[in-house]
Amino acid sequence: MDISLADLAFIILAGFTLLTALGVVLFKNIVHSAIMLVFSFLGVAGIYFTMHAGFLGLVQILVYAGAISVLIIFAIMLVMNQDPEKTNLPSPNIPNIMAGTYLTILLVGALVGSIWFTSFPEKVAPVSGDELGLLTGLMLGDYVIPLELAALLLLVAVVGAIILARGAEHK
Amino acid sequence: MNYALLSTEVLTAVIGLTVLVAGLILPQRGKKVVGILAMLMTMLVLVVASLHFTDYEVFFGGVYQVDAYGSFFKILFLSAGLLVMLMGGKYVERFEERSSEFYALTILATLGMIIMACAGDLITIYVGLELMTISFYILTAYVLNDEASAEAGLKYLILGAISSAVLLFGMSLVFAMTGTTIVRDIAAQFTVQPAMIAGIVLMIAGFAFKISAVPFHMWVPDIYQGAPTPVTAYLAVASKAAGFAALARVFMLAFPLDQFNWSLALAILAAITIVVGNLIALAQKDVKRLLAYSSIAQAGYILAGLAAANVYGLKGVLFYAMLYVFSNTGAFAVTTAVEVETGSTDITAFNGLAKRSPFIAAVMTICMLSLAGIPPLAGFVGKFYLFSGAIESGYLWLAFIGLIMSMVSVYYYLTVAKAMYIGPAESEEGMAIGGAARFALWACLAGTILFGVFPAPLSQMTQCAIGLFF
Repeated sequence: MDISLADLAFIILAGFTLLTALGVVLFKNIVHSAIMLVFSFLGVAGIYFTMHAGFLGLVQILVYAGAISVLIIFAIMLVMNQDPEKTNLPSPNIPNIMAGTYLTILLVGALVGSIWFTSFPEKVAPVSGDELGLLTGLMLGDYVIPLELAALLLLVAVVGAIILARGAEHK
Repeated sequence: MNYALLSTEVLTAVIGLTVLVAGLILPQRGKKVVGILAMLMTMLVLVVASLHFTDYEVFFGGVYQVDAYGSFFKILFLSAGLLVMLMGGKYVERFEERSSEFYALTILATLGMIIMACAGDLITIYVGLELMTISFYILTAYVLNDEASAEAGLKYLILGAISSAVLLFGMSLVFAMTGTTIVRDIAAQFTVQPAMIAGIVLMIAGFAFKISAVPFHMWVPDIYQGAPTPVTAYLAVASKAAGFAALARVFMLAFPLDQFNWSLALAILAAITIVVGNLIALAQKDVKRLLAYSSIAQAGYILAGLAAANVYGLKGVLFYAMLYVFSNTGAFAVTTAVEVETGSTDITAFNGLAKRSPFIAAVMTICMLSLAGIPPLAGFVGKFYLFSGAIESGYLWLAFIGLIMSMVSVYYYLTVAKAMYIGPAESEEGMAIGGAARFALWACLAGTILFGVFPAPLSQMTQCAIGLFF
């Protein structure tokens, strides 16, 4: 088996993304988890770059690694009222954790096996040329319904966040 | 492309936004109008959707499709939304300031379901599904001063996110194998390979979560119990039907049965769902929780029709999904009325209901008998279609399990009837329900009885709708 430079870059980036994503779950301090999340976003951006989707990679860095993670860290700062070392503790129920772990290993094993033994056809060639034009053409052309729907989805999310955050009526 | 055919979708989005804005700009006194406005406009869209039942048009190379199958589910979702808003009016009053947003979110969730049922493309299905579920996350947690509701909302958010991830991963594997997300084109590129099968299995798991099939049902009892009762009703009938609509369209059109037999997997899932749902329902003491487990069992029956994957089975899926809207919403409407009156949904709260309000008790009994599949009510005709389909496809054992478990289910449905008719009444006072709720109860009663004694029109509609697959 020969590994090309692009494959190597993908393996390193994917491993980095996975490890940092695990860090988000496993760190006991929620601030550390948030920082791991930033790195995980950056790893995903790197994967976009290796797939020649430069625009998506940049948007990923700007929006996710930049804006959203700053929002998350601000939100943590504003609502945290206890010792940061104990903000993201794992569940104390060991049998549950073990059962979950075994199931996960089984599922991941089956998935890795099925993907490993498949010869993937090269159906989609990497895009060359006007990548941004192609993307906008798709979003405002064939995929205009999901795009408009995504706008409504964001509205629902914003309205819902305000309703839930404002609290119940005082009687 | 004739964009006028998208009028139902556009109108649904517009009324959702109108209700949202009306709730903001109307003066305090005028806020009560918002609910009535929402119901009237939904009724209007329902009429528009019914008039356009036979339209056919493929948009954007298959990304979106207007056809009789989609129109059938549009009518189903809009009727369910309308019934839920009608019967929940009194319940929603307790949300005071936030009641107009409640209606807006309900309507936008309906839009998500409509898109799910009509989308011919995996990405569009996913976005529709997210619009529906995110609206439901918020609606589930709507009773802010009740911890059970907040817990239910959070649980639904976390589990829903995981199930979405599983569904997306399945979709991405299918895309990797076929190079397209458009359902019709997937069938042309279909090859049986391990990754393809993994993709199909993950998609089954993702959709099975939405339709609450065992073993992906763990979220159902807690969330159905914690959510406001009208939301529970809507979750049980419409969100489930939307899952079935997308599941049937994707599996019937994208994955050819003669190349990969996914139907056995669904048949096994259906059998486990029927058995587990019915057996756990036997032990329930709370009517809301009982209806939650009963809805798991009902999902199993519908799944049996889908596993059969023939004309009878699929007709049964559509027929049952429609009658389920009326029978189950009727049962939930009574539960809502009882909860508004007594503040509890425990089975003891139903004691002596027949003396207090014979009409409400009768609706509850008839709806529950229909759910149990007693002739001549609608549930019997639906189950007849579903199980004939299963037998025709060679799943005799599945039909047998379904029949036995239907008999078992009569017991727990009748425990509620028993409490209502021979339970000791704590008060003889009549129960006051609003005019809108009364109308909803009459509609549910009419649907449940009419589809049972005169199933031909609905049966013709389902026949027309499944013309898409055969």
